[in-house]
Amino acid sequence: MENTRTPWKSYLAMTQTDLPVMKPFQLAPAKPVGEVCLDILSQRRFCLCLLAVLLAWISVDAAIAQSSGGSRPSALETILRWTPLIFFGPSGEVGGFLLNILVSFMAMAIGTFLGLWLGIGQISLIGPVRKASWLVTQIFRNSPWLVLLFFFMLLLPYEVEILGKRYEVPGWAKATFALSLPVMANVSEIVRGAIASLPTGQWESAESLAFSRRQTIWSIILPQCVKRMLPPWMNWYCILTMSTPLISILGVNDSMALTQNVMAAEDRSEILIPLYLWLMSWFFLYSYPIAVLTRRLERRFAVKQ
Amino acid sequence: MVWEWFRWLAETKGINLTIFYDDWDRGRFFAGVRTTIHLSTICIILSILIGILGAWLQKSRFRIVRGLVQAYIQFFRNTPPLVQIYFFYFAVDALLSDYMGISGGILGSYGWAVISLSFFAGAFNAEIFRAGIEAVPESTIESAESLGYTNAQIYRYVTLPLAFRVCLPALNGNLINLVKSTTIAYAIAVPETLYVSNQIWSDELNVTEMMYVMWLTYLLLVGALVWVMHRWEKSIRVPGFGRR
Repeated sequence: MENTRTPWKSYLAMTQTDLPVMKPFQLAPAKPVGEVCLDILSQRRFCLCLLAVLLAWISVDAAIAQSSGGSRPSALETILRWTPLIFFGPSGEVGGFLLNILVSFMAMAIGTFLGLWLGIGQISLIGPVRKASWLVTQIFRNSPWLVLLFFFMLLLPYEVEILGKRYEVPGWAKATFALSLPVMANVSEIVRGAIASLPTGQWESAESLAFSRRQTIWSIILPQCVKRMLPPWMNWYCILTMSTPLISILGVNDSMALTQNVMAAEDRSEILIPLYLWLMSWFFLYSYPIAVLTRRLERRFAVKQ
Repeated sequence: MVWEWFRWLAETKGINLTIFYDDWDRGRFFAGVRTTIHLSTICIILSILIGILGAWLQKSRFRIVRGLVQAYIQFFRNTPPLVQIYFFYFAVDALLSDYMGISGGILGSYGWAVISLSFFAGAFNAEIFRAGIEAVPESTIESAESLGYTNAQIYRYVTLPLAFRVCLPALNGNLINLVKSTTIAYAIAVPETLYVSNQIWSDELNVTEMMYVMWLTYLLLVGALVWVMHRWEKSIRVPGFGRR
């Protein structure tokens, strides 16, 4: 029984020799994504960084509290008081850091869906479809994100009429749509690049097995592309998340807008730096593990040349 | 006059493109475009210098230097650029001017936009340059050694030219991204294209037309850069090296 489960071991026993032979090797079992995330969080370096930031934070705060005389609440107290607001948003509406994450999820989902079709359109056999897909991709890839946000926030209607009822379109929904367009264009390029990087033999063997073009794309080409597309796709997710605070410029109550409101309400210059660093650390804690995971996947899936 | 045709367009068709027939609007719009180009150029140069310095310090003998450079790169890559620019313009400026006893801030919004965007793009450049230098095959350097090149000559004639060609596509992508990111300077009131367009459409109430003009302007600016960089990439490509 033991032998059938681990055949390479018995094979190794059979080839006991002092001649220089190539030994069979065992691949490390793939870890689930959740476990890899835990791995990163338990890295010594990562924890040390966190600890250093925390220590610097506390010492700076103590110094500031001393210099300001101690009559007012310390910067740390002030910031902790406002943290729930900036994280969860005002009660009863969507906002704060959670809105940033929500917008990033939805824009990524919409952008990936549209980008997949656009990417397949870029390799279409029909000339006009191919050219139109290319043009749309290039336009949205080369436009600044903020310009697209302005364009769709100001030109989309602020309310829509469905079946005689008027519904207000919330600002964050329009912002999500606007942010999903550059994601769409970049996903389209990722899909096109991944398909182009597959050996032509895959297409030819599918053809020789009498697969139609549609069958070839959906059941042979795209499944093989997933591996190659995953790292750049995750990279774009990070970039998108880092762009979500832009929606605060257009008046959406995300964490950046709320942070500015807090600063205006407090009107104290000594909380500026800690508060900005506090907000940045949330984005960092969210994005850094994803970036590390992306690099690992990149190394694991690296195409040997 | 061509300008008069646009006045006719506004009066009869209602397409109000003031930047073409109104001298004042035209003046500030093109000043905005010039500011965007100026800002982009300075940031591109500074970010490349920061990238070279960062890539060089990453190979330092001292662990602490390597750690600091890594911290800089990861910080700027994993925090939102908008928050960075606010941080520099509002928080760092206030802190420094307090500390140095200067009232009214030490740099204007333009200066802080240059610093913040250069550091942002420089973090990406440092990684790109490092990867480029690492991508030069060991065997190529060994062959240069066997031909009697000194270390400095190897660096000058073998490593750098190859590394440059390897990292050019990634560098171009990042620089194009930097030009697109200059719009973020809008948030701290740098009078670049987006900002002046906003002023014009608030004054003249021609939001739709101005929006299209602004979008087209950015597409032309970025498109020109993409085209030039792509040509350059093609012309210095190493045959048989890297992807097709």
